[in-house]
Amino acid sequence: MAAVDGVSFEVARGEIVGIIGPNGAGKTTLLNCISGMHRLDGGDIRWQGASIAGMPPHRVARLGIGRTFQIVRPFGSMTVLENAAVGALFGSADARRGPKEAFALADDVLGMVGLKSKANHPVSSLTIPDRKRLEVARAVATRPHLLLLDEVMAGLNNVEIDEALEMVRTVHATGVTVLLIEHVMRVIIGVCRRAIVLDGGHVLAQGEPDVVLRDERVIQAYLGERYAKRIKP
Amino acid sequence: MQKESSPEPLLEVRGLTAGFDAGPVLFGIDLDVAHAELVALVGANGAGKSTLLGVLSGLVRASAGSITLAGEDVTNARPEVLVRKGIAHVPQGRRLFGTMSVEKNLLLGAYLRRDGEVRDDMARVLDHFPALKDKLSREAGTLSGGEQQMVAIGRGLMARPKVLMIDELSLGLAPKIVDHLIDVVREINRDGTALILVEQDVLVALDAANRAYVLENGRVVLSGPAAEVRDDPGVRKAYLGL
Repeated sequence: MAAVDGVSFEVARGEIVGIIGPNGAGKTTLLNCISGMHRLDGGDIRWQGASIAGMPPHRVARLGIGRTFQIVRPFGSMTVLENAAVGALFGSADARRGPKEAFALADDVLGMVGLKSKANHPVSSLTIPDRKRLEVARAVATRPHLLLLDEVMAGLNNVEIDEALEMVRTVHATGVTVLLIEHVMRVIIGVCRRAIVLDGGHVLAQGEPDVVLRDERVIQAYLGERYAKRIKP
Repeated sequence: MQKESSPEPLLEVRGLTAGFDAGPVLFGIDLDVAHAELVALVGANGAGKSTLLGVLSGLVRASAGSITLAGEDVTNARPEVLVRKGIAHVPQGRRLFGTMSVEKNLLLGAYLRRDGEVRDDMARVLDHFPALKDKLSREAGTLSGGEQQMVAIGRGLMARPKVLMIDELSLGLAPKIVDHLIDVVREINRDGTALILVEQDVLVALDAANRAYVLENGRVVLSGPAAEVRDDPGVRKAYLGL
């Protein structure tokens, strides 16, 4: 059975694009295909003009595509800074220099995501929002040109989401293109110029969030009537 | 389900202090849940909400204070004792046994029961969640996030609890599914089960609840009817982002 079937879309340099859709629609599988975690049965993925389909994850990362995971798995025995430095050590060609440079880059990135004051804390002491920040920091430390974020705002309340949106804007302002999965429309409306709706492995709709979120098919398949009334695009 | 209403609250928490090796997380919590009440627990990440659920289900020890369930002191009772006495916990992130069938996951909720009505309760759970009917033999890990949350809530119900505690119902779920699950939670509540709902989507929780408690840094800073808590200026600013 195909989790993602015949999906076509483009992301332009400098965009922030949101992927939404019901649970099981294929959103994470799509990110897995792009980041090389999941093999394609057909189709192609082109990055800066060249195919990356079938490439293993570490090569995709070196080409400048960084990602986070829904279930965060930091190295538990290491500090926040050391965790971020791992991203720098094994990231894109831009990031990978020596350990000293890796730590300097990691330190910069922690500033960007608002974790600088906790650089030397053990990760076990972090709250959930801070763990999500660290997950983003590890990906940003690979110096990606494209950053794939998989539900980094799940489990945050509205105010925590607003803080996390600031973090995404800060990273984006350094020249990083962002493709993110979220179920929280505050995020999609807050930072995305475009949204792609997946349903049953297919693209159901795509376009500007305020248009897409009013699309009757999207309301039927994903938002539900009650939620659709609550949000104000 | 229990139908008698009694003057004393079903669950009474007084001066509860608890935490981990690094120090207390909860400081002198007072909380009441009446029969068939739906109570929302609101607060930032790290405020102590999940720790409080942990103490109520015997996973975290209380260092001071008391927990009374239906008039009986259950402070620091073991988890299996608390389940038997009527407190069921639907943990954050569902925590299903992914390679076991949906049916086995549900039956695990009734593991401690020796009465003959487990099958009746299974039928009741499937009435609440008809989507699970033709998926009983599927491995739980292969279900969608929304269906897994149904199994997790169903497993809690299979213990036939007096109080069902749900931690982060909406986590990672599509808006439409969240609305559906909230409807089912209200249905379960109407059938006579008291509920404690911990939820980051504060508006969803306050719309569903009768009463709410706001936790900040391990203390209750506000409590009252859910509608009043929702209109509180501090709550609107700090949690709803309005």
